[in-house]
Amino acid sequence: MYRTHILVCGGTGCHSNNSGKIREAFEQQIIERGLDKDVCVVGTGCFGLCAVGPIIIIYPEGAFYSCVKVEDVPEIIEEHIVKGRLVERLLYHEKALGNVAVKSLAETNFYKKQTRVALRNCGVINPERIDEYIARDGYQALIKCLTELEPQQIIDILKASGLRGRGGAGFPTGVKWQFAKNQDNDTKYVCCNADEGDPGAFMDRSVLEGDPHAVLEAMTIAGYAIGSHQGYIYVRAEYPIAVERLKIAIAQSREYGLLGDDILGTGFAFDIELKLGSGAFVCGEETALMTSIEGHRGEPRPRPPFPAVKGLFAKPTILNNVETYANVAQIILKGADWFASMGTEKSKGTKVFALGGKITNTGLVEIPMGTTLREIIEDIGGGIPNGKKFKAAQTGGPSGGCIPAEHLDIPIDYDNLISIGSMMGSGGMIVMDEDNCMVDIAKFFLEFTVDESCGKCTPCRIGNRRLLEYLDKITKGQATLQDLDDMEQLCYYIKSNSLCGLGQTAPNPVLSTLRYFRDEYEAHIKERRCPAHVCKNLIQYKITDACKGCSACSRKCPVSAISGEIKKKFDIDQTKCIKCGQCIATCRFGAIIKE
Amino acid sequence: MSKIKLTTVTFKGTAEQETQLRQVLTEIKQSEHPSVMTALQRAQEIYGYLPIEVQSIIADYMGVSLEEVFGVATFYAQFTLNPKGEYAFGVCLGTACYVKGSGDIQAKLEECLNLHDGETSPDGKYSIAATRCVGCCGLAPVMVVNKEVYGKLTVKDVPDIVAKYKAM
Repeated sequence: MYRTHILVCGGTGCHSNNSGKIREAFEQQIIERGLDKDVCVVGTGCFGLCAVGPIIIIYPEGAFYSCVKVEDVPEIIEEHIVKGRLVERLLYHEKALGNVAVKSLAETNFYKKQTRVALRNCGVINPERIDEYIARDGYQALIKCLTELEPQQIIDILKASGLRGRGGAGFPTGVKWQFAKNQDNDTKYVCCNADEGDPGAFMDRSVLEGDPHAVLEAMTIAGYAIGSHQGYIYVRAEYPIAVERLKIAIAQSREYGLLGDDILGTGFAFDIELKLGSGAFVCGEETALMTSIEGHRGEPRPRPPFPAVKGLFAKPTILNNVETYANVAQIILKGADWFASMGTEKSKGTKVFALGGKITNTGLVEIPMGTTLREIIEDIGGGIPNGKKFKAAQTGGPSGGCIPAEHLDIPIDYDNLISIGSMMGSGGMIVMDEDNCMVDIAKFFLEFTVDESCGKCTPCRIGNRRLLEYLDKITKGQATLQDLDDMEQLCYYIKSNSLCGLGQTAPNPVLSTLRYFRDEYEAHIKERRCPAHVCKNLIQYKITDACKGCSACSRKCPVSAISGEIKKKFDIDQTKCIKCGQCIATCRFGAIIKE
Repeated sequence: MSKIKLTTVTFKGTAEQETQLRQVLTEIKQSEHPSVMTALQRAQEIYGYLPIEVQSIIADYMGVSLEEVFGVATFYAQFTLNPKGEYAFGVCLGTACYVKGSGDIQAKLEECLNLHDGETSPDGKYSIAATRCVGCCGLAPVMVVNKEVYGKLTVKDVPDIVAKYKAM
């Protein structure tokens, strides 16, 4: 027994910020001081509050240290571990409470309103040790399924729970499994979509990195329920830590007899193979994903036939997203009623959101469905930094839309988000403030979809490119109001005529910004003005009377557009200025503004 | 689909690399579902990129047309027809980074290295490839150089980071 556990976050955010070296430093110094019999260092998955990483939590006290550096390790060991005194300086300070130090994670506003189901083990267990997962009821649900439940009973539980797919469209998971079960075929497949392509969403990655066994267990349950013996996890090759932890987890499960020919001596056989995705957004679409697993260009194909009838290698296949699987074992163990008691009428349970952009507490949050956007942004997210004003929250990634301030109090669930022109998507939530131009954001997403369109169907391949050209004209101040109407018309053509989900939803960022921020589009067109001062062709840099004439900006200007006499106000030659913004970054007096 | 950037360097593959590739391809061919994509992933591990010479070997060995191999090689962002630089720079252009100004960081990086996105310097030392979401949005905006991650960047930081690698 150890008297103290030091938990070091090994999620991607903290890892990129040197948490690996911090963990090594702890391990080394604990051995040097002969404390290795009493103190144990654990590398965990993501704690969620990535904004203040690297994060370290020390039990039994539950002390929550944030923004830790390698140099802080000796002090933590000397003060906390040896002398038993908290290192006040490194404790997380809650701004909302007047910057007081918060001792434990559970006391922070960030965690208080969260309910963790899919993320329950992230930041709690060492994901590279199956025993820790088992100690947290891991594989109990699988045992229950294989020994007590018939496949149909499992599917009935899922149906009753109201669990809907967490990857985007929100299709009821139990119904999907039922379709596949009803197929009479010796060979069926269970697939996991871990090709998290929405730029700005990273919950699947955190589950895979922090709790890989939860996915393996759920897939095995799915295999038993639909009558399949082989599973595939399609995971992005850009997620090296997730891939590594999945490999370790699969090997451990096989060793424990939880995967293989005779699982737990019941005679049921199931195994899982990893397939690495190679970076194509369209492969998040189910038919494209399966074509990609088969090794081809990941192009979608028309449905029907649906994958449950004819999917991977032309066999009946179910495909669920990582977060969906992460809920399954808990539903089996705690019951459909427990799960259905959370959430709204048609959206049950919880949803994980990746909070990012202009928000104080960037990170992962898991909230019951029905929580309002205001609670997420103001209470959990800690509001917008630098005293700026909230403008919009973007959900659903390139397929979703922007939600303006007027809808901050709408309870978040699948149907409400659709009704206000956005969608749940995989759960990316990017907050934007008054400095973000909504036309520019729409253009950003269109550039993405044009780049990622597979090219198979014309509406998506050519339509979206035309759409991007309109947006380009608008941001350059060359468009007319007629263009705006034509553009809107084109959006509906693309939506109704594209083959797969990528094309059908690609115009959403344009449509939703048009719906709520039409005045911004019109300002670009009628007044040749970008209200947020983002679109380069529509802004001018000017030097104000605050200029002290120090010449720092003119020396930095790459095109020599700034001139003047020392100690007098300088001036910018607008014909030469390339709007690179270096002068603003250089000026120490705040004398240069964008107009 | 982004524009295809064809190979611009001369092929300098060694005999050992080819033996290694053929071994890997034999393994793949014997598997239950042989796949061109897996072959390309393994080939890129061996060569670092996928010149047409390597694609031809794969096509011959797997018994598919070169067009099909080329089609797969140019479909996925992870595959590259040009070798990456010794120092591969990548600015994250995911949404979280973009709203925090990663577009300006990308522009500054292109200026500092005198390269455009997707290009490698003639001496093979530097390359730039914009990436889509590295997954550490808490550190936005983010730039990755080989495996080193630089977070919470401002445009001002870019020249110093570039200088660090130019001094190596």
